[in-house]
Amino acid sequence: MLPSSPPLLAFCALSFERNDRLLFERVEGAVHGGDILQVVGANGAGKTTLLRILATLLTPTQGELRWCGGLLPRARASYLAELAFLGHVPGLKPGLSPRENLRWLAGLFAQRDAIEEALAAVGLAKWFDTPCAQLSAGMQRRVALARLALTRARLWILDEPLTAIDRAGVAVVEQLFRSHLQSGGAIIFSSHQAVDLPGVKYLALTES
Amino acid sequence: MRSPNPEPEALPSLATGFAALLRRDLLLAWRRRGEAANPLWFFAMITALVPLAVGPEPALLARLAPGMVWILALLGTMLAADSLFREDYVDGALEQLVLSPQPLWVLVLARVTAHWLVTGVPITLASPLLAGWLALPAGGVPMLVAGLALGTLTFCLFAAVGGALTVALGAGNVLRPLLVLPLYVPVLIFGTAAVARALEGGDGSAPLALLGAITAVTLAIAPVAAAAALRVGIDG
Amino acid sequence: MAERRWQWFHRLASPPGFYRVSGRWLPWLAGTSLALLAVGVVWGLLYAPPDARQGNSYRIIFLHVPASFLALAGYYVMAAAGAIHLIWRVKLADVVMSAAAPLGAALTFLALFSGSLWGKPTWGTYWVWDARITSMLVLLFLYLGVVTLRQAYASRETAGRACAVLALVGTVNIPIIYKSVDWWYSLHQPATIRLTAAPSMHPDMFQPLVVMILAFYLFYAWVLVLNVRAEILVRERRAGWVRDLAGEGESE
Repeated sequence: MLPSSPPLLAFCALSFERNDRLLFERVEGAVHGGDILQVVGANGAGKTTLLRILATLLTPTQGELRWCGGLLPRARASYLAELAFLGHVPGLKPGLSPRENLRWLAGLFAQRDAIEEALAAVGLAKWFDTPCAQLSAGMQRRVALARLALTRARLWILDEPLTAIDRAGVAVVEQLFRSHLQSGGAIIFSSHQAVDLPGVKYLALTES
Repeated sequence: MRSPNPEPEALPSLATGFAALLRRDLLLAWRRRGEAANPLWFFAMITALVPLAVGPEPALLARLAPGMVWILALLGTMLAADSLFREDYVDGALEQLVLSPQPLWVLVLARVTAHWLVTGVPITLASPLLAGWLALPAGGVPMLVAGLALGTLTFCLFAAVGGALTVALGAGNVLRPLLVLPLYVPVLIFGTAAVARALEGGDGSAPLALLGAITAVTLAIAPVAAAAALRVGIDG
Repeated sequence: MAERRWQWFHRLASPPGFYRVSGRWLPWLAGTSLALLAVGVVWGLLYAPPDARQGNSYRIIFLHVPASFLALAGYYVMAAAGAIHLIWRVKLADVVMSAAAPLGAALTFLALFSGSLWGKPTWGTYWVWDARITSMLVLLFLYLGVVTLRQAYASRETAGRACAVLALVGTVNIPIIYKSVDWWYSLHQPATIRLTAAPSMHPDMFQPLVVMILAFYLFYAWVLVLNVRAEILVRERRAGWVRDLAGEGESE
């Protein structure tokens, strides 16, 4: 990667205000390929809001976002083609099995056709066809994380990906992160936990 | 993990996205088929209440039948519409729909199509039977079925707009029907008029054609409006 | 040149700018609308001749017809403001929209109420499913939808954009609803007097009606501007310029 190329995602002077209450202001940062950025802050500091703004689910009161140098929301189409977002709730239908869930998501996103392999990689080899409603919260989150490895997204935005995940699971997630970063991807995530990866940058949200 | 791939996976086509979501919703409806039959039960039970309320005279029932069947079909589709985007919102699937590179209106259309197949079509198919309970003469039945097929689709499309606007406002919100019911007026007028004309021995195809035109216009605008409403509504 | 025009636009579209500029309009709007209302009311109620069939009861149209006009026009004002807010994210447009919704609903209610008062001497009953009244009722429901949707949302930003989408959907459907109700009424045409179409009215009745319609338009504009100004102050109450304004008021 040339040093002069623009960052994958850059955001500057972001502020967000709801009903005259300022949640945060002048938040800025950028991620290049291979970067991992952890958003930290107390409860209610606006971590989820910030991640939703970065994913274009919310519009900031002020500030701008750039994807590969192109201003969002104008560059939204190419942005969404390379973004994978995982929110507070994993986005799976409880009535469908992990395999079925990943299959309908494959119709919406560019995705490799290796669902079983990906599920096995997160330790769910025995649960391909069990309805997600019967899986534990941690297992459901693993299903959602398995999807990340299938997409061709270069940027992952993950809201509390480690919630409900046990110690063995955290190692799996770290492995997932590592291989994504090695292949030139970038990750922005929020968590109260530290992950064991080299070069994690931090973005601290303080209440304004 | 992706670097060994010589070329990145292509974006799925519109048809693939539409089909994937449609298949998902039909599969979910099949898994919960008991629940999916609820609108139909509702439709049938309320129809049975009509003679109990107004009396069993066939002449009176026949006079009320076209309007009654239409209003009950309207209520039946509306009853089920609460789950249209609400469930997707609660389990987070809606975020994935909104962030999909696919145009959102296509996904909305898939969602509405599934909903119509599960609620509107059974109600339409059951309508001759229930119209028979209400002593509707056989001459009115073809127009009733044709009208309801178009009408229930239009109801589902409007319900999608209402559901999208109120998606973050809590389950069972009574606001949603209030928002879209005024829009149902033309459908109801032309749908019942088609049956009434056929019963008078006339030709009901003119109001039916107008109903079809309304369905076409709604098909063009409602998915786009619902998509815009979802983008707004998702942040509560 | 074009740049200067944009500057002007931006000044007007910013809430403080609009507040300042609109303050200068108020006396003119108030003066002309009140004067025209006075002329129209006196002319219509005292000097216009009684109707051949309806006697004096027809005079309620001097209130009913302008209110119906504004009820419909008000919906389009609201929807247009909503579209501007949705597309260009002009904050002022949302303020206009939020002010236009209850105003339009009130006018629609006035039109319905006056229509039903007029119905008593004309049809012998307060409520008749006449095409015009039925359409007006549907319009009232559409307005109430927008008003309640705005109240349902906790976030003002979300509420504004959601209402705009709803108003736009309503706008597309209003002509269809009106036409369909007209068509429905023609199917079930009862043998009663239909409201005399305006152009065939006697000029002595028609002229005061035109004055009243004009007066209602100006009155609507006046009240809308007043409501918009009040809403701007509420929304910007934390801003420096509003505090300065309040400070000035105190020191006076």
